Amino acid sequence: MSAKTLPLPLQTAPLVSDWLRFGPDRRVTVLSGRVELGQGNMTAILQIAADELDVDPADVAIIGADTTQTPNEGFTSSSLSIAHGGMSVRLAASAARHLLLAEAAKLLQSSPDQLTIEAGRIMRGGVDTDLDLWKLAETVDLQVEAAAHADPKPPDARRVVGTSLPRIDLESRITGQPFVHDLVFDGMLFGRPVHPPALSSRLVELDMAGLRARPGVVEAVRDGSFVGVVATSEPEAIAAASWAKNRVVYAPPAASPDDAIAAIAASTGEIEVVHDEGDVEAVDGRRFETRISRPYLSHGSIGPSAAVALWQDGRLRVWSQSQGAYPLRAALGAVFDLPPENIEVMHRPGAGCYGHNGADDVALDAALLARAVPGRPVKVVWSRADEFRYAPLGPGMSVSAKAVVGEDKRIAAMDVLANSAPHGNRPGRNGAPNLRASAYLEKPFPVPRSADIPAANGGGADRNSVPYYTIPNKRGAKRLVHDLPYRTSSMRALGGFANVYAIETLMDEIARDLDEDPVAFRLRHLDDPRAVAVIENAVAASKDIIEAKPGEGAGWGIGFARYKNTASYCAVVARIEVDETIRVTHVRATVDCGEVINPDGVINQTEGGILQAISWTLKEAVTFEGPGVAIEGWSDYPILTFSEVPDVRVSLIPRPDQAPLGCAEAAQGPVAAAIGNALRMAIGVHVKAMPLNRDAIMAALL
Amino acid sequence: MTGTKAGVDLIVDGRDVTIQADPDTPLLYVLRGQLGNLGTRFGCGEGTCGACMVIVDGEATPSCNLPVSAATGTSIETIAGVDSSDPIVAAMLEIQAGQCGYCLPGIVMAAKALLAHNPAPSRREIAMALDGNLCRCGAHLRILAAIEAAAKSLAEAGA
Repeated sequence: MSAKTLPLPLQTAPLVSDWLRFGPDRRVTVLSGRVELGQGNMTAILQIAADELDVDPADVAIIGADTTQTPNEGFTSSSLSIAHGGMSVRLAASAARHLLLAEAAKLLQSSPDQLTIEAGRIMRGGVDTDLDLWKLAETVDLQVEAAAHADPKPPDARRVVGTSLPRIDLESRITGQPFVHDLVFDGMLFGRPVHPPALSSRLVELDMAGLRARPGVVEAVRDGSFVGVVATSEPEAIAAASWAKNRVVYAPPAASPDDAIAAIAASTGEIEVVHDEGDVEAVDGRRFETRISRPYLSHGSIGPSAAVALWQDGRLRVWSQSQGAYPLRAALGAVFDLPPENIEVMHRPGAGCYGHNGADDVALDAALLARAVPGRPVKVVWSRADEFRYAPLGPGMSVSAKAVVGEDKRIAAMDVLANSAPHGNRPGRNGAPNLRASAYLEKPFPVPRSADIPAANGGGADRNSVPYYTIPNKRGAKRLVHDLPYRTSSMRALGGFANVYAIETLMDEIARDLDEDPVAFRLRHLDDPRAVAVIENAVAASKDIIEAKPGEGAGWGIGFARYKNTASYCAVVARIEVDETIRVTHVRATVDCGEVINPDGVINQTEGGILQAISWTLKEAVTFEGPGVAIEGWSDYPILTFSEVPDVRVSLIPRPDQAPLGCAEAAQGPVAAAIGNALRMAIGVHVKAMPLNRDAIMAALL
Repeated sequence: MTGTKAGVDLIVDGRDVTIQADPDTPLLYVLRGQLGNLGTRFGCGEGTCGACMVIVDGEATPSCNLPVSAATGTSIETIAGVDSSDPIVAAMLEIQAGQCGYCLPGIVMAAKALLAHNPAPSRREIAMALDGNLCRCGAHLRILAAIEAAAKSLAEAGA
């Protein structure tokens, strides 16, 4: 296997022993650099290892990102846990299998192909040989390159992969105490930060002596414009922080636009073309154009971000829900001017996160506060208002899509330009920590201009800006809008949500103009049989919806995309009803994510993506007060409720012989597009400004 | 908060406990703090998300904005008194009704209170009863199905 075809994580952690431990407890432990954010990736990766090794999944454990023991897989992001992390484990486990079987063959004076493994035991001709993987692993050197020994099972020999193994961690999440919020240590104290309302706000005055004198306060910290308290109990920390918040004086913040989305739409900044095929400018024909927008969005994790930090003998230990233990370690190292080997970051679960939320920021808060009380662990849990106001936002976007249709009624050109606040501001990008407080410490780490996400990694603002359709001339581009005061970063599907909305609602506009069925119109612009198959499958599953007369104020629509143009294929049909409000009543989706490791896991992820995308599309928008976020609580930022969820059915097209493709973000854009197209059928108007609520409809009808 | 502590008597999951707390302290912090009941979760502090839901004298009640003094003498049921033998939890595991799971303990408690009042709720009634509980991962449909299944298994066990 050439280095070029190796999954990325295996290039940095090449040894079998980097990934697997054969414990004396007759368990195999997988060391994954990924983290479990609630998608079931740890269960799926465990399945992959169990299958290659022919070990009962119950005898396999898995440890997620931990700088003291697991490989560095960077961030768990971009739906790459299986495609990169899982495939690395597959190769490592396969290599272990072959190395251990070779040793068994030597001991048994047999040949490896006469031996099989059952539940970790070595069998010859169906008879137990008294050897097992653990016994063999005591003497076999596993500090060897996995790629040199790996020869994974053929797809039809897999037994555990492809089955819906229940999540290994779900029970503890219901009745246990597994979250970082739940950690308890002897002598632990409780911290609470007081952040300035905007990145540009600077602290002028606060009575620190008064703050130190509040009940239960052990220490009060001011570092630049960052303030925080450490107290003996959480209620005391909260009360003291609230006292400080009511008294702290900040200098007037920098200017901010009246309408952030309008400012993004009006930007004339530099354009970066990411794909240019043929010549979109040179094509003649009928012209179609749309410009859509989506507001800034909040991740809205149900549990606000939390972390525990401990300073001892110049070393920093952090327990964090971060998506990237190693990148967080590097960012903390930069802030505290410490070499990485003096910092340990261990992942512990947080509430579901859908990208870069406050998880890393709160780890710095905890470290800043714990530094004031060496030897004492400090737990920091943000307030709900902190989470809404200080965590990075999903960026606002304004996307223009233009098409030219030739006399042959085919699309001859499509040109998509995404104006957007940046999507790539994770810790460490551009060499800056990008942790909230680091921007306004006494020794600040200014937030550099984000370079967004490179197109090679799926792009940021430009993600899915290139239509997947067969169009001879097509261009995808982005215009990053940097000079807005709000903090933005990566949120589920990144630019793919708005770009797919633009492209797919434009596709319907053209089909309607041509008086053509929107499904047939799409199909005749697709050459990839897998793309055709998901659309045909979703449409077949929606026969009842499509063939029924939608009735007054009702409609159905379709949306399709291949996520990042390289990952999962997803087609969605949605039916809606409109009166005083818009209700989605039915959703049918079909996903092709190549090899499916855990079918129910993929379905669960897709259902969740659909419901979250409905919430984004119909209900959500972050509001601002000057350069700060105006949202305090859920009443300012309503999300989809239980009584608003539609009937949802997800189908998979498994392709065991194909590479597994990231799936959990694939539905976001197609759902928005299907709803937008359904809305057009229901009311006859394309509503271009999300969220698609009553105000947006009224504005579109004017 | 007044900053002065007083003895507060509570009945938590059937046990009588006396703790020292500022009477204005939200019940949630007494549960998670002094009582070490860390399964009850903090979500919003305003009673708007349901992550901290407990059952107080039979009613599903957010514990994050309920002063502990208001809970004196009441019977408080929490997720700490629930395990996987509970029909709702068992159905959630069977149906894999969750992703991050942060909202689930609160949902289990809200559903327990619902089923105690209404042993055979319609799906609509279940959804309405859970409108004080937010789920961000989008596991709603599986959660609704799990509660329906739990109601059914409870009915069969009682029949």
